[in-house]
Amino acid sequence: MKENIIELNNITKHFGDKCILDNVSLSVKKGEFVTILGPSGCGKTTLLRILAGFGSADSGEVVINGENITDVPPHQRPVNTVFQRYALFPHLDVYENIAFGLKLQKVPVDEIDTRVRKVLKMVSMTDYEDRDVESLSGGQQQRVAIARAIVNQPKVLLLDEPLAALDLKMRKDMQIELKEMHRKLGITFIYVTHDQEEALTLSDTIVVMNEGKIQQIGTPTDIYNEPQNSFVADFIGESNILNGRMVKDRLVEFAGHEFECVDEGFGENVDVDVVVRPEDIYIMNKTEGAQFTAKVKTCIFKGVHYEMLVDTDTRHELMIQDYNAFEPDTEVGLIIRPADIQVMKKERICNTFEAEIISEDRVKFMDEEFECKPQTTFAPGQKVKAEVKFNKVELIDHPEDGMLAGTVYFLLYKGDHYHLTILTDDGYHIWVDTNDIWDKGDLVGINIAPKDIKIIKCDD
Amino acid sequence: MKRFFAQCYIWILLIVLYAPIVFIAVFSFTESKVLGNWTGFSTKLYSNLFTGNMQGTGSLMHAIENTVIIALIAATVSTILGTIAAIGIHNMRGRAKQAIAFMNNIPMLNPDIITGVSLFLLFVFLHISQGYVTVVLAHITFCTPYVVLSVLPKLTQMNPNIYEAALDLGATPFQALKKVLIPMLKPGMISGFILAFTMSLDDFAVTFFTRGTIGLDTLSTYIYTDARKGGLTPELRPMITIMFLGILLLLIVINMRKIRNTNNAVK
Repeated sequence: MKENIIELNNITKHFGDKCILDNVSLSVKKGEFVTILGPSGCGKTTLLRILAGFGSADSGEVVINGENITDVPPHQRPVNTVFQRYALFPHLDVYENIAFGLKLQKVPVDEIDTRVRKVLKMVSMTDYEDRDVESLSGGQQQRVAIARAIVNQPKVLLLDEPLAALDLKMRKDMQIELKEMHRKLGITFIYVTHDQEEALTLSDTIVVMNEGKIQQIGTPTDIYNEPQNSFVADFIGESNILNGRMVKDRLVEFAGHEFECVDEGFGENVDVDVVVRPEDIYIMNKTEGAQFTAKVKTCIFKGVHYEMLVDTDTRHELMIQDYNAFEPDTEVGLIIRPADIQVMKKERICNTFEAEIISEDRVKFMDEEFECKPQTTFAPGQKVKAEVKFNKVELIDHPEDGMLAGTVYFLLYKGDHYHLTILTDDGYHIWVDTNDIWDKGDLVGINIAPKDIKIIKCDD
Repeated sequence: MKRFFAQCYIWILLIVLYAPIVFIAVFSFTESKVLGNWTGFSTKLYSNLFTGNMQGTGSLMHAIENTVIIALIAATVSTILGTIAAIGIHNMRGRAKQAIAFMNNIPMLNPDIITGVSLFLLFVFLHISQGYVTVVLAHITFCTPYVVLSVLPKLTQMNPNIYEAALDLGATPFQALKKVLIPMLKPGMISGFILAFTMSLDDFAVTFFTRGTIGLDTLSTYIYTDARKGGLTPELRPMITIMFLGILLLLIVINMRKIRNTNNAVK
């Protein structure tokens, strides 16, 4: 087994009150192409900056090549960075930009010359050495930026969304070239992107991040076929995510039907999330022999395949991709193979808050006092837990009319309802199941009825 | 018709603005001692100015020398100080940044006479004997904000990753400053230097209050004293004309640079 070249141990970082990185640990093997993938604001760039030394972590340590470099300044680290907006030196020409690092290391002039010409050839920019960098196109500037970094033969190359500013065609070409370059150089690449397709194409290992936490680490096929939670399933590719119930080992119930699956060890009658990729649902014109039936709602041509939305016999909406078109309003039969059903443990089954009893019928959580069912089990001042079911949280249009105000932060369609993540103004998360349609970023008021607050004893 | 009035307006405005200087320039080509009497075309005042064949030549030449040397020192020092200050301000965040940027603007809006008197009082309070050094210090004080103001926009335009890229490639913070930051800020620093130089050349009030009693004269104080002694020395007329042309040339150079820079940015 190859040694780990990078080890990040328990990295935590706050900007003001906001937690950007929450106890992130990651190890990378020598020569790997690792992609850190996540939506904007998930902390991926902050993590890269901590690796490069431009930002420091509040706690945790960075080890590269067996050396603890947590407090080493950036210019002494054995890493080089390719920046999103290239960051070439506009007062120097292409050659001088690439030679910048070598000149600082006092490398002999003739060696600089051979090395610069070698990398210029590698990024196919041989005839551009005397050009002014600002006269180059975006793609060419990015090639120079890559050349400038790899000419120093770093142990690790860090790439911060290097292709984000390029157009689609150029991006595809550069992806292939980057992969090729990685193969030839044999150095470790850490690649940050929000583009899931790019991550699937390029990487040996993908690290999916959200809200400062690592959601899943795995190979592209692992991440795609066996997402560990609904965030990963939703973020990588198209997917149908549904509430399900594990009846027993190898038998799962969702969308009103029981299906054979290959998962076991969840226990019996346990609530789970189920993911089925749209291309894994077999669709046919005849209904006999099908596991369940549905009616086609829409059918859109997508180039290679058709994308259809269907309503199942149990009123669940599913997305299906198939090479054949099925006209709207036709009755179709559907089959899902056991191996194509991905069962995931539910991250949470209801909202749980740390709470404090104020009086017999009042309880305080999320910095707010709520009325609850009168009880005498717990004395005022006692620390307890308050539970609220997802579908018992009421959302209203006007934030000022609710007990709490918040914004819709993340939404997930689960076939017959939406599962929303609401971020309150005080920075708490509430999860809500609703049939109403909300958009990401909507301002909402939040109400909870007294009878829906369940108070239970703290574990400790 | 509307167009005609608009044209007239601009010409009247220009005439009012430039009449005094044109007046002096025209009368620099006649020998009359009293300004306003035309006694025939002559370049004698010019030749007097350059051959030194005039009353009080020594002190005039001395004043010019002082003016230029003080302006050069003040511009150089304030360019260095102002650039460092601009980098510092640029790296600050939020409230503090706004506050400092605002404080930088106040001395520029402050009337010269207030700057002069307050510096005078400060030097007296600190028992610094006034003379060459205090004048230079005073000039640096009021020139620096102008340099800050011309360097700051260059920093804001700069890709924030550039400095980090230099560090990343192995430059120490000082090397990154020398090899990357300073070359990129150069256009702003040069504009700042020229601005500071002209501000210093042109200053009267601050110099007057901080020069003390040792008889130090810059051009502006010399002319002031000379005019009070009873009429302007005629040779000052060609000198003013030459200075005006010099400043005009400098301004053209600055503007050309600006146009070139914006063109580059567009590309």
